[in-house]
Amino acid sequence: MGTLAEEIFSYKLGRPVNAGEIVIVDVDHVMSHDTTSPLAIQAFRKLTGEGGGRVFDSARAHIVFDHIVPAATVAAATLQRDIRVFAREQGIQILQEGICHQVMPERGFVAPGEIIVGADSHTCTYGALGAFATGMGSTDIGVAYATGRSWFRVPETINVRLTGQLQPGVYVKDVTLELVRRIGVDGANYRALEYSGPLVESLSISERFTLCNMAIEMGAKTGLVAPDATTEAWLRGRVNRSYPMLQPQNPRYERVVEVDVSDLSPLIACPPDVNNVVPVEQVEHIQIDQVFLGTCTNGRLDDLAIAASILRGHTIHPNTRMVVIPASREVYLEALRLGYIETFIQAGASVGTPGCGPCIGRHFGVLGPGERALTTMNRNFTGRMGDPTAEIYLGSPATVAATAITGHITDPRQFLA
Amino acid sequence: MGRIWKLGDNINTDVIIPGRYNVTTDRAQLAKYCLCEILPEFAQQVRQGDIIMAGHNFGCGSSREHAPAAIQASGVKAVIARSFARIFYRNAINIGLPVLICEEAVLNSEDGQEAEVDLEQGLITNLTTGQRFQAQPLPPFIARIVEAGGIIEYIRREGTLR
Repeated sequence: MGTLAEEIFSYKLGRPVNAGEIVIVDVDHVMSHDTTSPLAIQAFRKLTGEGGGRVFDSARAHIVFDHIVPAATVAAATLQRDIRVFAREQGIQILQEGICHQVMPERGFVAPGEIIVGADSHTCTYGALGAFATGMGSTDIGVAYATGRSWFRVPETINVRLTGQLQPGVYVKDVTLELVRRIGVDGANYRALEYSGPLVESLSISERFTLCNMAIEMGAKTGLVAPDATTEAWLRGRVNRSYPMLQPQNPRYERVVEVDVSDLSPLIACPPDVNNVVPVEQVEHIQIDQVFLGTCTNGRLDDLAIAASILRGHTIHPNTRMVVIPASREVYLEALRLGYIETFIQAGASVGTPGCGPCIGRHFGVLGPGERALTTMNRNFTGRMGDPTAEIYLGSPATVAATAITGHITDPRQFLA
Repeated sequence: MGRIWKLGDNINTDVIIPGRYNVTTDRAQLAKYCLCEILPEFAQQVRQGDIIMAGHNFGCGSSREHAPAAIQASGVKAVIARSFARIFYRNAINIGLPVLICEEAVLNSEDGQEAEVDLEQGLITNLTTGQRFQAQPLPPFIARIVEAGGIIEYIRREGTLR
């Protein structure tokens, strides 16, 4: 009896648990990436003793290189070299084929009912598949690598019930921005967000990833969607182990946030916080120096498809530049096959190696002083893409593509004839 | 006793330590850029024993443990906030950076004033005004981690995570 989060913890522990309880559980998968692994390895070694310790299970410990790939500086290359030494010593396979939050599910390391911890705040993305997944710091992940366990305070849950139909030109990214606007940047702090309702049931897994990815932008521990036939279909061929299709059972939610999406228009989050959300019409005059399509929020095939459909036959405005980074190798190859990448390159975009790219301001499209970017990222924080005086606006892949053509923030609906 | 550095709401980990400066595990390097986006003078002027007081949701955003590590390495004795984002809060406790929740202390203190913190009692004294404040007590499990000096020390003492 409980919310999906309570059901997952109860299933794991073999006894009913309720929100508020602190529990210690065996985790199913543990993940860190090239930026957070070094401190996780330090914690692991401190706990297990220099050279002596083994990870709990090398097949369920995952290291993904995505934040600075290929290494852009000697400092990054040095850290990555040291991580490789650790991975080799532990028999952990390093995955360098895209953003951790895309690669983990693609590789079948996420299944409904599982508990996954990752040293990255957007680990909450995997809740789209009905797993309880949450971001932690490096020391927690080092502990999980060593022990296979972690502690949790079972969270209270806010139910986000989505109804209605999205208008043409309005996407799930716009819905997530609307949710951040309504709930606030800490309105779900320590809580789980459980997304449900007719709209959620109709969403693809990619769209559910977008929804759950930004749960952390409201402070949430995780975002969750109960698994259904869409989930099972997506997992086929990726996950071969059996998994429980856990569902909420007479849940008691802390509160319910109901949103009818039918009246939403394309939205923009203005700097420097994600809840500064306005309809696109209000900021259409703003000139944009760079657009960026990609990230764990919106770098998947359907995102690239929407952008390519708008850009086809157009070129990028001479005062603007465009960076496109597919979320993973799998996405990249499929986008190549379908001609999207050719469309981007012909329009004048720079297409990058799957990974996080300029989202954390370290390479492949950082911003100079006073520059403005419109991106499909999840954060618009000061300095995140480079110089602290640069400004970051957030929108959907469609809005980003339309803006690339005009050079100023643009309502994508004018390109959807 | 130390100087109070007063900050607002929603101080995210990108401004505590920007992504372009956290490609390192060297804590002295991290301290050099701590809070540089919003308080460029902080790294130069902060002294051992200073205290950060902040509004709601301190440490939101990225899970980077470099953020509490940078604050710790800069000599700050404790961060007192009206509320913390959960990953930052957990990270701080794990690495032994004291974090206290105390609405009244934050609301009744100004930047540049002097304060003292008794970590064992959770007692905050604003030495400039003479006012004293009691921080929220920690849940017992978290208190045991803090008492051990961090999660690694806690597990070593207990022999396992329990």
